[in-house]
Amino acid sequence: MQLTLEFGGGLELLCDSVKVHNVDVDLPAEEKKLTMKHLLAWVRNNLIKERPEMFMKGDTVRPGVLVLVNDCDWELSGQLDTTLENKDVVVFISTLHGG
Amino acid sequence: MEMEGGEKSRSRLCSICKQRRPALKRPKTLQQVILLLLLLLVLLKLMEMVEMTIHLNMVFCCWFYKICRECFYVVFEEEIHRVIVDNNLFKPGERIAIGASGGKDSTVLAYVMSELNRRHNYGLDLFLLSVDEGITGYRDDSLETVKRNELQYGLPLKVVSYKDLYGWTMDEIVKMIGLKNNCTFCGVFRRQALDRGAALLKVDKLATGHNADDIAETVLLNILRGDIARLSRCTSIITGEDGPIPRCKPFKYTYEKEIVIYPLSYTPLILLSFSFLFGFDGIYSPNAYRGFAREFIKDLERIRPRAILDIIKSGEDFRIATSTKMPEQGTCQRCGYISSQKWCKACVLLEGLNRGLPKLGIGRTRGVNSERQKDDGVKNLQSKACGSLDF
Repeated sequence: MQLTLEFGGGLELLCDSVKVHNVDVDLPAEEKKLTMKHLLAWVRNNLIKERPEMFMKGDTVRPGVLVLVNDCDWELSGQLDTTLENKDVVVFISTLHGG
Repeated sequence: MEMEGGEKSRSRLCSICKQRRPALKRPKTLQQVILLLLLLLVLLKLMEMVEMTIHLNMVFCCWFYKICRECFYVVFEEEIHRVIVDNNLFKPGERIAIGASGGKDSTVLAYVMSELNRRHNYGLDLFLLSVDEGITGYRDDSLETVKRNELQYGLPLKVVSYKDLYGWTMDEIVKMIGLKNNCTFCGVFRRQALDRGAALLKVDKLATGHNADDIAETVLLNILRGDIARLSRCTSIITGEDGPIPRCKPFKYTYEKEIVIYPLSYTPLILLSFSFLFGFDGIYSPNAYRGFAREFIKDLERIRPRAILDIIKSGEDFRIATSTKMPEQGTCQRCGYISSQKWCKACVLLEGLNRGLPKLGIGRTRGVNSERQKDDGVKNLQSKACGSLDF
């Protein structure tokens, strides 16, 4: 499944300072749909190069990290249960920086 | 069945315009008391027992839960406007400096302020004020951002540097004292730098981009430190009104999350450029105390978003017994800046640096102030030296 992932607010520093990643994520073997839960695990294993604890806490993102799925706050779409479609855009922004 | 279906699909739309798809959930909820009052008003109005217009704003403030991008940015700006008007933050004709770090809060503040100033005819003269701490690689980016803001919003910019004001850059200070405790220097120096810069610009007030999350953090920190003097001060929306340059926080009730989303939600605002200052606390001080409070606040927010506003409310309602002896505010004998001690914190720290005793003035003051006070027989003001993070 083709997805565009964007990292902002400093999270890009955890993945080689690349902000936009066009990725191809395979569906988990026994599942029919790709959910955010799977995507987060995939991102953690494949994109995050250092300090994963800055990005994740438990099986979800660290509090203070905003997640937008197609420009929409993931709290509206069911957070970890959000189902992803081909060509979806997922944005992660950390709000834990100064300002 | 059909009705149900219609109801369901409507609830999936923005609660304001009922047309577009919602893009975010707003953490604000209406307090039950206000809800009842509002219902009562509407009822009275309907029964024609009162003559009044019910402003949309009254309903706007809190009700909405799911909201689309277009409506969000209108509501966001209107709420800031309400905060400014309800608290009389500014008077027509005043000169206002906006503390601009180049980060998201101050950039959004500069944009919203210049926008509201125009839209609602506040009649304010706005300026941008930046501090250059002299941290290699940190300010370069953000100062560029502030310079861009200067052009975009047409606001004059003033940059004051630590080197000019104190003779030391942060890099030099860190070289001298190492990675521990340098936040004390940076914070104390920055607070004064903003005031001195504001004095140079001859402004009447200084607006800073502190948001609700920041203030909740400060309330917690002041409780943990047992610093009641600051605890009572840190939640007020205007501080230092008796001093030369009062400060105000128009974002006091604004969630950090919404400040981050705001520039993303409004397409013409793509102009609005800012640098995310990632890990500012992390450059020189990986274990900043504030970081723990910050994380705790974010943990709370996840469980119950209102917790942030509730903490601020608790801080506001905190009353200190009148019998408690509070540190008296005087002025620093060396530089004239407000200080509860003989010398202000910045002068103590600076003295330490210049004498090669950088630990002077960190933690409880046993250095200059207490020594001199004994020597000169000055009454000990019984105030303890507090940390540097002051609001």
